[in-house]
Formats: sequence, structure tokens, C-alpha cells
Amino acid sequence: MISLAHVLTLSGILFAIAVAGVFLNRKNIIVLLMCIELMLLAVNFNFVAFSRFLGDIGGQIFVFFILTVAAAESAIGLAILVVLFRERRSINVEELDQLRG
Amino acid sequence: MFPTILFYVFAAVLILAALGVILARNPVHSALLLVLCFFTSAVIWLMLDAEFLGIVLVLVYVGAVMVLFLFVVMMLDINIEEFRKGLASYWPLAAAVAGFVVFAILNVIVVRQLGGMSLRVAPALPADYSNTRALGTALFTRYAYPAQVAAVILLVASVAAIVLTLRRRKGGKPQNIALQVAARARDRVRIVKMASEKRP
Repeated sequence: MISLAHVLTLSGILFAIAVAGVFLNRKNIIVLLMCIELMLLAVNFNFVAFSRFLGDIGGQIFVFFILTVAAAESAIGLAILVVLFRERRSINVEELDQLRG
Repeated sequence: MFPTILFYVFAAVLILAALGVILARNPVHSALLLVLCFFTSAVIWLMLDAEFLGIVLVLVYVGAVMVLFLFVVMMLDINIEEFRKGLASYWPLAAAVAGFVVFAILNVIVVRQLGGMSLRVAPALPADYSNTRALGTALFTRYAYPAQVAAVILLVASVAAIVLTLRRRKGGKPQNIALQVAARARDRVRIVKMASEKRP
């Protein structure tokens, strides 16, 4: 059977891939958002695994809330992205320096 | 034995798909591979007896969030090659950070044995166990207030997304309903009284 260590290792590798993705796709804000989704998925893996192996449903409730907040976050993030592209005709992160003051 | 093989197969697919997400040149491919990630994760969650969350992951994430992502990726006309310039030099840093994260997590799991927590086998579930019922019971009793807060967050997010992307077109000729309703006949029609004139 699957043990807790299996799932935790899988989620650790997933999180590391997402962190590497943030470095590798530093310019493309859409892929950055996707990497954040991957990180949240890895964290949710931990919650589900601990919820199952400790016999506590609270972990799954927390995953439920993380899914809610992540959906809200990506909706607002993509809306900002659309407005940004309309204004600047570009989504390159390096060109977003207007708030430098 | 069979569940373990299944777990390894889906874990391998998940990791390969995640690597594809961060390495794909085209953001559309990234989004589609992320969909594959969510599907395989949902399968593994089903194997961990979290049936409701597995279904929710497919319905909400694949059905709503990823469709939104694909929509935005295809709507924005972006130059893909521009993003790849000069980023190849970052891969040693990325590999170092990712390696450190994996090392730290494996250190906790393998070397420290999770602090002595020996959780090799999941506790057995009763025969009439229903994951959805357990989740619903907890969500609507103990976590009822957080559930309300989550609902408000969703409402705020949807309002914010609409307000952000709302665009008034220049040069359009929209109706002003309030002005139309407030219009009266005496403001529009002027009745002029005058004596009748003789025909020349």
C-alpha cells in the first residue's frame, strides 16, 4: 500500500519542480501563475495525505478552502493580466516597472 | 501490490507533466500539461480516499480555472520567443534551488523518519464510510463560519474580475435608461399658440 512517505516525497518533488519553474520562466507571467498553481497542488497533496493517515477530516476541509482561495486568486490574477496586456501590449515581467516611483 | 504500482505510474506521469509545464515553450502546451497534472493528482487523491476533493479538483480546476487560463493564453497575442531570450542561463540556479528543496524534504522523510511518526499504513475506514458525508458534516458544523468567509471571498473575486475587465467602448451609442424613463412630453414638445394667417 501507499505509505505517507510516498505521498510526501511526491509532493516535495512537485513543489521543487514548481520552484524551478519560477526561476526558468521569470519573464512570462502566465507560466508564473501556473507554477503557483503547481505549488498549491503540492501543498494540497500534503494536506490530503496527512488527513488520511492521521484520520482527521480537518486537512481535507483545509484543502477545500485552499482550492477556493486559489480559484479566486487565479481569476483576479488573470483579470489583472488582461487589463495589463490591454494597456501595455506585453506581459513581460521585466517591463513592469511603472511603480518604481 | 496493485495500488502501489498504480501510484508509481500516476506519480511518474504527474512529475513528467509538471516538468513539461515548466519546460514547454508554448504557454498553451503548459496549460494543457497542467490539466494532465490535475487529472493524475485527482486519481492519486481518489486512491487516498479523498473522493470528494478528487472530483472537485477535476470539476473546479480543470473545468473552470484551467479553461480560464487557456482562454487568457489564447486571447493574448504574445510573442513566445521573446520570453526565452537569456533565460537558459538560469537553469543552474533553478536546479540548485529545486535540489535543495528536495534534499530538505527527503531529509525529514527518510533520515528523520518524520520525527518517529510511523505512518506506513492508513487507518482502516468503516465499511459505510462516506467521504462526502464526513466532509459535509465537518464543513457545515465545525467549519460553518469559514465556509461563509470562503463564499464571500468567491463573491468578491468574481465582482473584482468583472470590474477590472469592464471596458466602456469609445464612440459607442449606449442607451441611458434613466434619462429615457425620466423624459416627459412637455420637455420635448413645445406647443405654440398663434393666430391663423390669411392666405395670401
